[in-house]
Amino acid sequence: MIYLDNAATTRTAPEVLEAMLPYFTENYGNPSAIHSLGTAGKKAVNRARRTIAAAIGARPEEIYFTSGGSEADNWAVKAAAESRSEKGRHIITTKIEHHAVLHTCQSLEKKGFEVTYLDVDADGMVCLQALRDAIRPDTILISIMSANNEIGTIEPIAEIGELARERGILFHTDAVQVFGQLPINVEEIKADLLSASAHKLNGPKGVGMLYVRTGVRLAPFIHGGAQERAMRAGTENVPGIVGFGAAVERALRIMKEKEARERELRDYLIRRIETEIPYCRLNGHREKRLPGNVNFSFLFVEGESLLIMLDLKEICASSGSACTSGSLDPSHVLLAIGLKHEEAHGSIRFTLSEENTREELDIVVEELRRGVERMREMSPLYEDFLKSHGDGRSAV
Amino acid sequence: MYSEKVMDHFQNPRNVGEIENASGVGTVGNAKCGDIMRIFLDIDEKGVIRGAKFKTFGCGAAVATSSMATELVKGKTVEEALQVTNQAVMEALDGLPPVKVHCSLLAEEAIHAALWDYAEKQGIVIEGLEKPRADIHEGEEL
Repeated sequence: MIYLDNAATTRTAPEVLEAMLPYFTENYGNPSAIHSLGTAGKKAVNRARRTIAAAIGARPEEIYFTSGGSEADNWAVKAAAESRSEKGRHIITTKIEHHAVLHTCQSLEKKGFEVTYLDVDADGMVCLQALRDAIRPDTILISIMSANNEIGTIEPIAEIGELARERGILFHTDAVQVFGQLPINVEEIKADLLSASAHKLNGPKGVGMLYVRTGVRLAPFIHGGAQERAMRAGTENVPGIVGFGAAVERALRIMKEKEARERELRDYLIRRIETEIPYCRLNGHREKRLPGNVNFSFLFVEGESLLIMLDLKEICASSGSACTSGSLDPSHVLLAIGLKHEEAHGSIRFTLSEENTREELDIVVEELRRGVERMREMSPLYEDFLKSHGDGRSAV
Repeated sequence: MYSEKVMDHFQNPRNVGEIENASGVGTVGNAKCGDIMRIFLDIDEKGVIRGAKFKTFGCGAAVATSSMATELVKGKTVEEALQVTNQAVMEALDGLPPVKVHCSLLAEEAIHAALWDYAEKQGIVIEGLEKPRADIHEGEEL
């Protein structure tokens, strides 16, 4: 099995699992309890909180554990908007956010908030001038992701945070794709709110966090208990939180090495695909790009077909094709960077980890080349293209 | 998510290709939704479908339904081919996931479009055949 879908989720690292296990079977006490079994859980949760806070340059009391990145995004956007609604009702975000932010913004529109969805350029980059122009006296929140999950483009969040702070606007960033992959510091990017998730960095699924800067007052997300300083009630997911902490420790320890390794593999894969498979297009920024992200559109073919072909060869990837989303629309991110529908339907995303090898990528390129060729042979779009361009190989 | 039959027809699609000087050609679907099917029919003077080929841009189900639809109409008369509904195609494939039912509809439409083209070329009217919808979005070529 060649696993190239690490932006979707990662394998839980053995050391992470090992750190979690005692909190299922031995130290299973409720952290709210007075007895020693409960205290052990509470201590472990707070240890993880300190680790995670230190990793982003925050204070432990600024970290709130959630069920994952989507919950953190929902909470941040909804609660920030509502807390500032007396001051204004205008929110700025982008067209390429994760649906956890986009759909939350849409739900706020129904409640009378106004949302500006910023365009991005052909590389998926937010334009700072466009952001500046979009700011109004009643703008209360800017929510822009640190890096895009589909095309890997890294956004200029330090500049965005600076601008937001200058204008007294809350700044939230969905850092799910960056946290644990690249250094990120809430002071440097001047974030008021930041979302992250454990399972993208070899931690367990079902746990994430929201950073809330001291002084930013939000309403609780779940009522019913004193957990998470009464902001997010419910018995803590102790093993998950412990796993999150262990995963962050591991991520910090291997970050430099992992980044260099993934970057090298990424550039190798991009180079080989570009030189060996005709009529393809790299999606996303070439340099300002997550170290493990490769996203290509292959003209005249449809992504789901290609994914199934790869899967039959035990290669796991993903696609921005509509057929994989259960709707008729292809990825909103690919459309936002200006791709035509058929180009978006033909996109494939490979997201690497430090465990991948060149040998694996050689197999991937070979199977991909074969798959694309096969799908093109049966593609009426390719047939039409060849007819209108002669043989066409040198036409594009 | 797909049945074994669907996977078989996806991995080993029957009748891929074109028929030169086909008796009828039909193209349906649109690139916007991610599915385009083109079916070629070779029909003899008695109105029997001697050969059927297809080209499809689309997902696994789109390929499999094109393959199955061309298999089902081969050897049939034009009138019999009209009875090859999307239900028939789905049943022959042991079913499709709900989100992929439209692929079988597309296959039925592609057959109808090819038969319509044949009827127009022959200057005949096929009982029960309606003019296919022009579904391809214009001006959206690659």
